[in-house]
Amino acid sequence: MSNRVVNILVPVISVILGLLVGAIVMLVSGYDPVLGYTALWNGIFGDAYAIGETIRQITPYLLAGLSVAFAFRTGLFNIGVEGQLLVGWFAASYVGIAFDLPMYIHLPFAIIAAALAGAAWAFIPGLLKAKLQVHEVIVTIMMNYIALHTTNAMIKVVSDGGDNTGTINPSASLKSAFFESITDYSRLHYGIFIALAMVLLMWFILEKTTTGYELKAVGFNKHASEYAGMNVNKNIILSMVIAGAFAGLAGAMEALGTFQYANVKGGFTGIGFDGIAVALLGANTPLGVIFGAVLFGSLKYGALNMPNEAGIPVEIVSIVIAIIIFFVACGYVIRYFLEKANKKKEAK
Amino acid sequence: MTKRKFGLGLSLVLAAGTILGACGSDEETTTPKESEGTGSEGTTEAVDFSLAMVTDVGGIDDKSFNTSAWQGIEAFGKENGLEKGEGYDYLQSASDADYVTNLNNLVRRDFDVVYGVGFLMEQPIKTIAEQKPDSNFAIIDSIVDAPNVASVMFKEQEGAFLAGVAAALMSESKQIGFVGGMEIPVIERFHVGFIEGVKAVDPSIKVDVQYTGKFDDAALGKTTANRMYSSGVDIIFHAAGGTGNGVFAEAKERKTKDANANVWVIGVDSDQYEEGAVGDTNVTLTSMLKKVGTAVQNIANDAMAGNFPGGKTVTYGLAEEGVGLADSRGAIPQDVLDQIDEYAKQIASGEITVPETME
Repeated sequence: MSNRVVNILVPVISVILGLLVGAIVMLVSGYDPVLGYTALWNGIFGDAYAIGETIRQITPYLLAGLSVAFAFRTGLFNIGVEGQLLVGWFAASYVGIAFDLPMYIHLPFAIIAAALAGAAWAFIPGLLKAKLQVHEVIVTIMMNYIALHTTNAMIKVVSDGGDNTGTINPSASLKSAFFESITDYSRLHYGIFIALAMVLLMWFILEKTTTGYELKAVGFNKHASEYAGMNVNKNIILSMVIAGAFAGLAGAMEALGTFQYANVKGGFTGIGFDGIAVALLGANTPLGVIFGAVLFGSLKYGALNMPNEAGIPVEIVSIVIAIIIFFVACGYVIRYFLEKANKKKEAK
Repeated sequence: MTKRKFGLGLSLVLAAGTILGACGSDEETTTPKESEGTGSEGTTEAVDFSLAMVTDVGGIDDKSFNTSAWQGIEAFGKENGLEKGEGYDYLQSASDADYVTNLNNLVRRDFDVVYGVGFLMEQPIKTIAEQKPDSNFAIIDSIVDAPNVASVMFKEQEGAFLAGVAAALMSESKQIGFVGGMEIPVIERFHVGFIEGVKAVDPSIKVDVQYTGKFDDAALGKTTANRMYSSGVDIIFHAAGGTGNGVFAEAKERKTKDANANVWVIGVDSDQYEEGAVGDTNVTLTSMLKKVGTAVQNIANDAMAGNFPGGKTVTYGLAEEGVGLADSRGAIPQDVLDQIDEYAKQIASGEITVPETME
């Protein structure tokens, strides 16, 4: 088997294995797996509305995945996507509400505000890592909590003690009347184009610029890079800032696209943490992130339809979805066995 | 070579399995629908009315708010011979982003009334109500101004006032705790009412107020309760949904270790007596009832009779028997109950007005 065949076969087999084990779980707990998977399928692709909502769900996952993947390429573990997303969410909503500008200024302004907020939030762990060698995992996790409660408090201030900032001005909205009309009022918005453009941007930075080369070099070997004359500290901070900007944009997608407001939250959105899995599933490459985000977004969204259409309890659905993702993440194991089988053949 | 063939064979079997599985699915989905058709013809006594609700992230087994709403729907369903799934159903939300989708899914299944349970549902209901002007919605704990939305509000402060009176009269240490979920208007009404009730009995009693910021974190509720009980608090009133289950867990743990421990919990929304059972004893002093279930049923009955209260706001207070205290099952002596009743009468008649917010 050539390498290319293996590369295609691995994800296919892992998805099938995941589906099979998920089916067994449903069977054992007394639910019809065929009905369950039909519901999942319909939940993702069933009609225009479902497809629109699925893409809507994929959008923030794309950006969250990019954020984790980008930092990872410089050898940094950005667990702070959640926090960066929340500050981005708030920044975009605030700009969306507080200003009244023509759309071609207002919308970019709100988007950039979100990216800057996320970048600023990630700058702190980057700086601490570069200057004082404080591990970025600890700092970013703590920054998540700070972000959650700070944004909650700020939303209260903005809304005079309420729990919701109120709807943003239409001039800052990513909402699309066209998408609404073709997807039966799904919340699909223009943000998907921004997300895809960012995928392209990440690829461009990493593969086509000197900065990207340096960032990757630092990721491969910090000491060698320093020896080669690169400014490691600068690159660490830069990488975190860019990663934070991606995460902030994910927040903008929620603020300007899906929700059109920011509200006080009791807990994290989960998008940031799922972003880690999205990035790792995609092997931290821009194209891989698309794959990871599509898989995660579709399964997460489609899963909502399983209790709705097939009457399977949410708990079982969570297990089934987790199993599918687990098997996809186990691709290495399958690759290992395929290659082993390959070698034996060649030996014969 | 044999291995290769085996491998190929295996993948073919797997592939065939999924493809055939997909084929089978079509038949599977069409058959139950047909049988449903005949089923509904067979059962004549079932009314032609259906209702469903969307929960917030707490889920219907939060043993307080969502549970109460779901029980109302279930009771209505059983009364009218409806079947779960067809006649009444619920969808649970995993995150804020799911509210709109879940509401929309239920609208598409043609439920006659779709309930959004909780203030978090305000914006989603507003959005969907605009998009689907022909469907009827109801929202609990928030007001949505739309012709096809019925809003239900509760005077939590009145029920909480009675809980405060009960706590103040029953406390031995003269220290009482309040554990809130998120700091939102609904919970603040519980908070304010409770404090007012305590003050009405004895202004010198100290009330330790803690907001956990979450409705679904029992572990956090447990640590908060632990700290309160350790500092000398003997009665805790919680208004924190699933987080409050941790308050019960902590009280029960203390009661198990030491049968004479003076720890009590006042439950919220539903009668939480069963939550507090420790062997033969119980740590539940009483529960402040918020009869979401009754409200849900009332709207359903109105809608079935063709009088859906769209665009209106119904407020349930003590006078409407929408809030109140649960049976204490002997935990509160009769003379205290009499005093509580006295306050209840004064509130219901308007002699005492309980403020909604801190001032």
